[in-house]
Amino acid sequence: MTEKKVPLLEVRNVSKDFFGNKVLNDINFTMEEGDVLGLVGENGAGKSTLMKILFGMDVIRETGGYGGEVIINGNVVKFVSSFDALESGIGMVHQEFSLIPGFTATENILLNREPQKYNVISEIFGKRLNTLNRSSMKEKAEDAISKLGVKIDSDMVINRMPVAHKQFTEIARELSKDNMKLLILDEPTDVLTEKEAETLLESIGTVAKRGIAVIFITHRLHEILSVCNKVIVMRDGLIVKDVPAKETNVEEITKWMVGRKVKEQETKRESDPDKSNKTIMSVKNLWVDMPGETVRNVSLDITEGEILGIGGLAGQGKLGIPNGIMGLYEAGGKVILKGKEIPLNSPRQCLDANIAFVSEDRRGVGLLLDETLEWNIAFPAMQIKNKFLKKYGPITWRDEKAIEKVTEKYVEELQIKCTGTKQNAKELSGGNQQKICLAKAFALEPGLLFVSEPTRGIDVGAKALVLDALRRFNREKGVTVVMISSELEELRSVCDRIAIVSGGKISGILPATESSEKFGMLMVSNVR
Amino acid sequence: MKLLKNNSFNILTFFKDNSVPVMFVLICAVCIPVAGFPLQYLLSEIITRIGRNAFLILALLIPIMAGMGLNFGMTLGAMAGEIGLIFVCDWRIYGIPGIVLAMIISIPISVLLGWLCGTIMNMAKGREMITGYIMNYFINGIYQLIVLFCMGSIIPIKHSDILLPRGYGIRVTVDLINMRQSLDNLIAVRIGMIKIPVFTFILIALMCLFIVWFRKTKLGQDMRAVGQDMEVARATGITVERTRIISIIMSTVLAGFGMIIYLQNIGSLTTYTAHSQIGMFCIAALLVGGASVDKASIGNVFLGVILFHLMFIVAPNAGAAITGDSMIGEYFRVFVSYGVITVALAMYEAKKRRAKSLAGRKLAQAQKEEAK
Amino acid sequence: MGETLISKSTLQKAVQSFGLPRLIIAGFLLSLFITAPFVGSNFFTQLSNTINRFGWNAVLVLAMVPMVHSGCGLNFGLPLGIISGLLGATLSIEMGFTGFASFVMAVVFCTPFALVLGLGYGWLLNKIKGGEMMIATYVGFSSVSFMCMMWLLLPYKSPTMIWGYAGKGLRTTISLEGFYSGVLSNFLAIRTPHMLIPTGAILFFALLAFGMWAFLHTKTGTAMTAVGSNATFARAAGINVDKIRILSVGMSTWLGAVGILVYQQGFGWMQLYMAPFNMALPAVSAILIGGATVNKASIINVVLGTFLFQGIVTMTPTVINNLMMVITGQGLDISEVIRVIASNGMILYALTRKSEVTR
Repeated sequence: MTEKKVPLLEVRNVSKDFFGNKVLNDINFTMEEGDVLGLVGENGAGKSTLMKILFGMDVIRETGGYGGEVIINGNVVKFVSSFDALESGIGMVHQEFSLIPGFTATENILLNREPQKYNVISEIFGKRLNTLNRSSMKEKAEDAISKLGVKIDSDMVINRMPVAHKQFTEIARELSKDNMKLLILDEPTDVLTEKEAETLLESIGTVAKRGIAVIFITHRLHEILSVCNKVIVMRDGLIVKDVPAKETNVEEITKWMVGRKVKEQETKRESDPDKSNKTIMSVKNLWVDMPGETVRNVSLDITEGEILGIGGLAGQGKLGIPNGIMGLYEAGGKVILKGKEIPLNSPRQCLDANIAFVSEDRRGVGLLLDETLEWNIAFPAMQIKNKFLKKYGPITWRDEKAIEKVTEKYVEELQIKCTGTKQNAKELSGGNQQKICLAKAFALEPGLLFVSEPTRGIDVGAKALVLDALRRFNREKGVTVVMISSELEELRSVCDRIAIVSGGKISGILPATESSEKFGMLMVSNVR
Repeated sequence: MKLLKNNSFNILTFFKDNSVPVMFVLICAVCIPVAGFPLQYLLSEIITRIGRNAFLILALLIPIMAGMGLNFGMTLGAMAGEIGLIFVCDWRIYGIPGIVLAMIISIPISVLLGWLCGTIMNMAKGREMITGYIMNYFINGIYQLIVLFCMGSIIPIKHSDILLPRGYGIRVTVDLINMRQSLDNLIAVRIGMIKIPVFTFILIALMCLFIVWFRKTKLGQDMRAVGQDMEVARATGITVERTRIISIIMSTVLAGFGMIIYLQNIGSLTTYTAHSQIGMFCIAALLVGGASVDKASIGNVFLGVILFHLMFIVAPNAGAAITGDSMIGEYFRVFVSYGVITVALAMYEAKKRRAKSLAGRKLAQAQKEEAK
Repeated sequence: MGETLISKSTLQKAVQSFGLPRLIIAGFLLSLFITAPFVGSNFFTQLSNTINRFGWNAVLVLAMVPMVHSGCGLNFGLPLGIISGLLGATLSIEMGFTGFASFVMAVVFCTPFALVLGLGYGWLLNKIKGGEMMIATYVGFSSVSFMCMMWLLLPYKSPTMIWGYAGKGLRTTISLEGFYSGVLSNFLAIRTPHMLIPTGAILFFALLAFGMWAFLHTKTGTAMTAVGSNATFARAAGINVDKIRILSVGMSTWLGAVGILVYQQGFGWMQLYMAPFNMALPAVSAILIGGATVNKASIINVVLGTFLFQGIVTMTPTVINNLMMVITGQGLDISEVIRVIASNGMILYALTRKSEVTR
């Protein structure tokens, strides 16, 4: 077999599992010099895992490596760390800026690769005492910037720059490496305005013309079509489509992204006959300043007794809605519960109004990791509802017996695996920790419950249990539930209605029975 | 670096940014006339004190660059310098050679202590300052163990005149008469009553040049990067922990030299107490000069030395003149030293938090406008 | 990142959670007790000394607990509480109270000072979350040096307290004979030839410790622990984190004030000026030796820690000195040095532990 040309990058049969949980399955694709590959897929489709493998990130090695081969210029490579990947000419620009705020663009572009001048002292004490060659640094930096085809002041300090310039600086840093062959851009346009994004797309074109291959990950599908020559769509750890960009359109890509064989029987949810159509909460013009999940001008009515789903892609603001209403992040607008306005930015007032919230940030917000399960479950109910307390004259005392009893009740009900109610929360597995968070909210006996990403990072068995518990809580206690999740199928299996958030706004509310394609279109409708 | 792009000089922001130095200028402006010292005396005292202290304070700059805050562990270097001086005294090596030898002896001790201190600070990231501060007390205990018990018994000391009468342990005061001001007097220029220790000043100038040069080196650049964002620096392959340890080692070694310069000016070594306050006074002086926990320049050092020591010299007399009790002034200057450190630390922490909330508010404002 | 400890033997786990330095210190003290009789110091005298010093110091160590619980870290600002105590004490004597009444009135007078200073101190610590310990240290120092001026300037008149020759300004040390010297320690004291158990002082501590224990079991006390364990969790559960923290600082400051009064009644002297300066570190290291960490502390930690720490303070001078006498033929007072190394080593150890809430 004689190939006339060896591809720049070949990914052959790559697979990856995290402790038995398959996230990538038999991935195959090739890239030539100057290719721009658009990589799309829902959250959790396996995009970022694939990129982590290509970039040799430590997590991959620490979790047992991967299967298959990554071949660069005909050589099989096996990266021990991302520094190896850099050496082989792969550069990656991550979602978060990786820049030193007080340094100039030049200093950042050449960080730890500064051209140096030898001197007497460094001969004795080692290379680190070489002085920096400022003029050569500036030259190199400006050269890298010019490769991008944009204008940035190379002497400007990063924290005085507009966001777009920061993004360009990061890309320029990768381009300044002499052996750069493959550039991975992970959602680079996410933080940019439309105008800025356009410039960036142009730059990608310029870069590709120089023979550098680019992998471009984004949720903005039209960007892919405008700049890429090839599109790969991933879903559930598989490549479902690998087509030239010319031969497809946004609708098709959306369909491939979300369209899976819909298991009708699971998603069908017998509608509740005696559901009232009373609005329990109405949200008006809500904005929330939650970093990475900004919410803009959201209005939403929640019907009493329903399970409302809020879905959407990551970073579009769906998480900001409950966090803003509950006062955990700064918010503005109006929230009216049963005709009474609830002040924002005050968790206490929300809790007093009989609303409970299960946060997506289990370890940070959801749990007292260093305390017992008893404390975790009983604490909010004790503080808000004065439960589990006894009185000795004027002194209110913790009622340890009642706390133990209620904990035992929930341990049994939710099948929490633990050595006892006095075990510390941090010793539990993710799924069981999630159940503790639910129990904590249930113990408050709320009228309205917000649940944020209840199944994130937990295994399939626990997932089913958690969803079932929510469903039962809604049915048996008549509690209105608002569930926020990135997994559309999960929402469709539990909820009555699903609101899709895109670009910080509600792009539409559909009944759960609606087709996946329709939801998919809403998800990408005004992604910014 | 071009920091101020807009040239319009705003008086209000100037006072806000330099509140501590401005406050000290005011204190001095009130106290100097009240204390009634002749100008010549003040000038001569200030010059002496610059020569005595500036080197020590310069030793603080490097860890600040590496983002490790005020190096309360600089006392470790001071102890190393003292050990060097004790040996030199015992070996009867006088004058400049003695001082040079003491510095040489202090280097390995400083490096060892600096390495230890840096390693422990790496284990306590985010609380470097309190760790360095406790480190003082810990190493001070070990210093006492060595100097008070081991010297003369395990570590040979030839001349019993620096030993305690009991036969081991170093005396509470060691006379440095043979080294007294030998650096200062090497090229001393007298203008009227004012003696200018030119050679010491040359050393300090060289040290300043070293720092300026060091900022331009690769290591200096790495330290600045580590100081601003450890994770980003690590991602580009800079050895973060090692860089931080090196910065502490450098600071410790320089503090050792600084202590020797300080003591040769004083002319005697109070073995067990000379180092105990030195860190506090140096840090206070640096802060008075307008430095903060994360930013300090050579200018801050000199302004700080002048203002802080001016206050130190005039406070007792001024206090006595105002209240009729000279002790008031003594206590006042101690209070001011601690107070200025407290204020500087509090402002630094509060600023960190304010920066965060400001970013949030800006975002909210933008959305509000869009929401309309 | 929190790691789940799965396969570790319980013994290993116990050693790990107890900490090697603590084991060394406890072992050291034990060996002191064992060696004591062989080098000619009486075991019971030693034990009695330790218990007495326990009585003096325990309340000061207890003052660490509330702030540790609310996540403000170790209270290096203890001198602020001590100053309140000194103000209370000097006022009580100035007003001419004697005997037991002078102690009671000192406690009464110190309370408003402790609360006001604690409030301000707590407000400051809320502004600088994350940097509490360093700033607490310097708040303590500045307040001590500020009060140095005040002791000279405040118009105290009582001849037992002011300098005789100047006719104004308080003395550096003031004898409490006739005032509250020993009022607690001598109450119901048990005396044997070698032993003196200061029942009253221990009872007083027990009372306060019980109060603290009880408080931590109330609704507010529970909230305080939760704030220290995970402030974000507490906020999400509707707790006013800043208010709880201020409360804890106020409690710590008040306990520091009462603590110094208890210390003085045992010691028999009141020390002013720079004396409060060095009171924070021993209390901090005591509670750490007792098993506390930067954000977890219990009454048991206080009792155990004070006993161990004071044991070392009282035992090392005599036992080590005698031991050196036996070995080298001459006395060698190395105890102070050992105490400094051990106690500060303990604080360093605690600071390097990753005891922040596991995220």
